[in-house]
Amino acid sequence: MSVSHKVVLHFPPAVVEQPVIYHLSRDYDLAFNILKASISPQEEGLMVIELSGDEPDFRRASDYLMKQGVRLQPLLQDIRRNDDRCVHCGACVGVCPSEALTLERPTMRVIFRADECVACGECVPTCPVRAMELHF
Amino acid sequence: MGKTLEEINQKIRRGDVVVVTAEEMVDVVAEKGPKKAAQEIDVVTTGTFGAMCSSGLMMNLGHSKPRIKFGGGQVRLNRVPAYAGLAAVDIYLGATALPDEDPRNAVFPGEFRYGGGHVIEDLVAGRQVLLEATTYGTDCYPRRQISTYVTLKEMNEAYLFNPRNSYQNYNVAVNKSDRTIYTYMGALKPRLSSANYCSAGQLSPLLNDPAYRTTGIGTRIFLGGGIGYVAWQGTQHSPGAKRNELGIPVAGAGTLAVVGDLKQMTARWLRGASFRGYGTTLMVGLGIPIPVLDEELAASTGASDADIQASVIDYSQTYPNREPDVIARVSYAELKTGTIQVDGKSIPTTPLSSYPLAREVAGTLKDWITSGKFELTSPAALIPGPETGAVMGPMPDHAPTEAAVS
Repeated sequence: MSVSHKVVLHFPPAVVEQPVIYHLSRDYDLAFNILKASISPQEEGLMVIELSGDEPDFRRASDYLMKQGVRLQPLLQDIRRNDDRCVHCGACVGVCPSEALTLERPTMRVIFRADECVACGECVPTCPVRAMELHF
Repeated sequence: MGKTLEEINQKIRRGDVVVVTAEEMVDVVAEKGPKKAAQEIDVVTTGTFGAMCSSGLMMNLGHSKPRIKFGGGQVRLNRVPAYAGLAAVDIYLGATALPDEDPRNAVFPGEFRYGGGHVIEDLVAGRQVLLEATTYGTDCYPRRQISTYVTLKEMNEAYLFNPRNSYQNYNVAVNKSDRTIYTYMGALKPRLSSANYCSAGQLSPLLNDPAYRTTGIGTRIFLGGGIGYVAWQGTQHSPGAKRNELGIPVAGAGTLAVVGDLKQMTARWLRGASFRGYGTTLMVGLGIPIPVLDEELAASTGASDADIQASVIDYSQTYPNREPDVIARVSYAELKTGTIQVDGKSIPTTPLSSYPLAREVAGTLKDWITSGKFELTSPAALIPGPETGAVMGPMPDHAPTEAAVS
């Protein structure tokens, strides 16, 4: 059975320089479409990717990723901001990989652009006042 | 020739007082100079909004029938333990207190969903809170346990007593290690990939009165959306911290203990907060008016973000081990651009103190003064200033010494 999954891959610094995606394609015959990537040498990386192929191959590829130390997380559905709770402290801006959360200058207000959001979910536990909410 | 505080209060009563925020004062002083600014401006309002862990609520809950004595027993509000070592129904709830059953960092980084700061927010928002207490009985206080719902309205007294708020300047936190660390300064990416700072800079109260000339014991302030007062110098008050050529500290220095009636406050200005991997706290909105008595106060309230520097500290090694190393000093003007240069590396910056809400605090205080509902107070006593050279000391960690034993 053929499957297609949108997932978030969290790379530890040591793995960032490995050709992981190449192996997914060559060894597990998965087609990939990179939706967003935030990866720099020797730093923790984050990639949002759509993987398509046969289900057993996808499962074997997931095992391979785990063995490499790459954390695989299903892409969340929808992140929304509760504007009544947001205090514009900015804590979320530093963890957002896709610039969906940015500071507007000179007002220093936090702007949330849902169309830029890859729903990785990093902002949800980071927001001190729980203004970033997960909706399914 | 300067003016007196009483002259300013007369202007407030007459309705012709001239008030600007500390942000607006930057432009006034830049344009007119401190001398002319001192003649034209009567009051500068400041503001800050951020996490202040040394915050808490003093409550008197009224007496149950039959009576119960909490002292010596245990008290919880929405499962969060409160301090009960006082008279029968007086309790104190601190912002960082956690329910016994909270998993804390057992699975790292912990979420810390609900703690003392959240109870305070629930109370100020008018919500009912579950009070549970167990204790021993006495002849005069026979009851041993109670479980009831309480609200702020029904309490005899409920006042914030925050032992340390309004830090005069703060660190810029970075992480030199190889992994993301989770701190009270937020999540910090490895290898100097993020820098988090936490001060309103040019709007911050004590940065506008760097030598505490007008801010002292008894100063009336904006606290949590209501009116509060400075009670004392705050814990860890360190007026002797290193200062720049303008006399403005370049690291955390002065602090204030503040007090205010929770019944006047609003949930907009008091927010329970959770820092991943660290714990809970309370975000507090606080603002102090500064009377522009003379040219010197005009100059200090007119200082801009470019005049105020903060110290960049490594929170993976230096901070936890209480080492003295400062990686760099950067100005708030640089921090607010979104990147700072450290060791030849460009690091993205993130504030943790809300500048928009700090601006709103200063604006609200300005409105209160202009409309005549808020007059300024002269301190009943000053707090220790830079001339004392006082700085906080470390915790002793040793066996009893001869002096202590004798």
